[in-house]
Amino acid sequence: MFVAACLLISCKKNDNPTPTESGSLRIEFDNVVGDENLVLNAKTYRNAAGEEFTVSKLDYFVSNFVLYDDKGNSFTIPQDSSYFLIREDEKSSQYVTLNQIPFADYVAVEFMVGVDSARSASPIEKRKGVLDPGENPSHHGMYWSWNAGYIFLKLEGSSDAATSANGKFSYHIGLYGGYHEPTVNNTRVVRVEFGHDKATVSSTKVPLVHLFADVLKIFDGPGTQLKISEINSIAAERAQEAAQVADNYAQMFTYDHTH
Amino acid sequence: MITRTKIGCFRNGLFPLWITGATLLLFSCDKTKETPEPIDKEPTPVSWKKPDHFPDPVYDLSRNPLTEEGIELGRFLFYDGILSRTNKIGCGTCHQPQVAFTHHGHELSHGVDDLLGTRNAPSTQNLAWSPVFFWDGGVHDLDFVPFNPIANPVEMDETVPNILDKLRASPHNGSGTKVDYPNMFKKAFGTEEINTERMMKALSQFMMTMVSATSQYDFYLMGDQSALNPLEKEGMLLFEQKCSSCHSGVLQTDHSFRNNGLMPLRINDQGRFNVSTRTEDKYKFKVPSLRNVGVTNPYMHDGRYHTLEEVLDHYSRNIAHFYHSGSEAVETLDPLLANPANPGIPMTQDEKKAIIAFLHTLTDEIFNSNPQLKDPGVGNAF
Repeated sequence: MFVAACLLISCKKNDNPTPTESGSLRIEFDNVVGDENLVLNAKTYRNAAGEEFTVSKLDYFVSNFVLYDDKGNSFTIPQDSSYFLIREDEKSSQYVTLNQIPFADYVAVEFMVGVDSARSASPIEKRKGVLDPGENPSHHGMYWSWNAGYIFLKLEGSSDAATSANGKFSYHIGLYGGYHEPTVNNTRVVRVEFGHDKATVSSTKVPLVHLFADVLKIFDGPGTQLKISEINSIAAERAQEAAQVADNYAQMFTYDHTH
Repeated sequence: MITRTKIGCFRNGLFPLWITGATLLLFSCDKTKETPEPIDKEPTPVSWKKPDHFPDPVYDLSRNPLTEEGIELGRFLFYDGILSRTNKIGCGTCHQPQVAFTHHGHELSHGVDDLLGTRNAPSTQNLAWSPVFFWDGGVHDLDFVPFNPIANPVEMDETVPNILDKLRASPHNGSGTKVDYPNMFKKAFGTEEINTERMMKALSQFMMTMVSATSQYDFYLMGDQSALNPLEKEGMLLFEQKCSSCHSGVLQTDHSFRNNGLMPLRINDQGRFNVSTRTEDKYKFKVPSLRNVGVTNPYMHDGRYHTLEEVLDHYSRNIAHFYHSGSEAVETLDPLLANPANPGIPMTQDEKKAIIAFLHTLTDEIFNSNPQLKDPGVGNAF
């Protein structure tokens, strides 16, 4: 019943008018650490708790994109074309292309970090592309087979503050809310305004909206101040800590500029 | 799906009807076959019909209609060790057909490199009726069940992408198998494309044919009063009084998760809690079906009991010790077992004998010897 409710919401007909004139809009997810660029396995950074760390992996799902134009209209990207896996070690994955976008001047974007509950519980024929647990997610370790569901965000690295035997930390945040019974739901919806800018989609323009995703915000935000010395590992069994980290990273995205 | 040579075993001429259609070709990928298959032959539909005395299945067959070729592909995939990192451990290694797809004699099962798991291999029979899978219910859709043992480092320790690559490379050297899977996928699905959905749906198709519904108890339910002797009938009535609150219905399970009073072992397996993270789920495990329970020992999620007598002694005697042990696990002991004056299920020795006699009537020899469910010659069982 719990999933049925989610399905009802997600199956809601898209009431956008069929665009007669449409184009594309691209979004770059540029992963940074504070005011520095994120470089895997090389640079050392410092979190809000003052702990130094390096990052070996940052992967996350973004999905269910909605664009808002300057006239107050919204356009929901057809859901089947609205799942992306951003991976720091693959540059091309950091550019999300949204197609069949009505010509307009867009001023904000909304998306989910993670995979919505309905799709997380959907039959196997609905799991294509980055959602295919036999292809991308499994290949990149973004699927829990024993507690069936996607890992929404994965941050791994090393730190002298970590109490683990090998000095590593790993934060795997998932949990979509449960299939038969409600459990923790760590899907988060993010809205990013483009300030005074407009991303104009027209027959001649494919705008590129450049967003920052700040790793420091994963450690520090409204949810918690995460200390590597206290928690070096989060996965499906630390649901409450995972929820706090999700509250943090829901604030990690900021607008930089549009080309 | 039942071998025709076993017809004599059916009492009162009752014939299982859940699967009709032509007999499966047992060796459909045998290349030495003299008559070549017509090219691009459509897969042959198989209609799946539930046994009359069973509820409606949970699995949605409309999304994955059974075909002879799909079932046969699933059978090969189920047994082929190619699903493991070492190319030796198939599903059928720990789910053996002659013992209702369990790992008889193994408290815990050994997977790749003889590594031991932490839980007793559950049966894969009658999964068509299961809304939830594994002892902790971590998976809720049959099509997603295989991912779990494949990924488990002490079971198959393999990845699905790697298996798909091996299947695509078959039957060439280095693929780990001599079976021509591209050809089998083509027969089952129309093209040689091998992908996740096809692999999992073929496995589900084969598992959908694992229907155990021809035990003595079934014949009794279907109207044959002589199928149970007086002791077995007495045991059935006692079972209904004492066991069927949880082991309910024709499949003897309500598919719930319960703490049945087992003292946690060294690894302190917290069962359902590991998946749901809800405190009230600590030490709860799925209520298993008892079909074929007479041939599927050892018992419980950790295989700690080797006989049905031990299991009934647990309920009649051990739970009282557990109840007063001071273990953290007592907090979630199932209320049905937690009568403070008399924890557990009171049973006399005579009552236990009758119940055990009844439990043996759940053994389905026709199912357990069905050649169409057996290894086509690609697996390892040890």
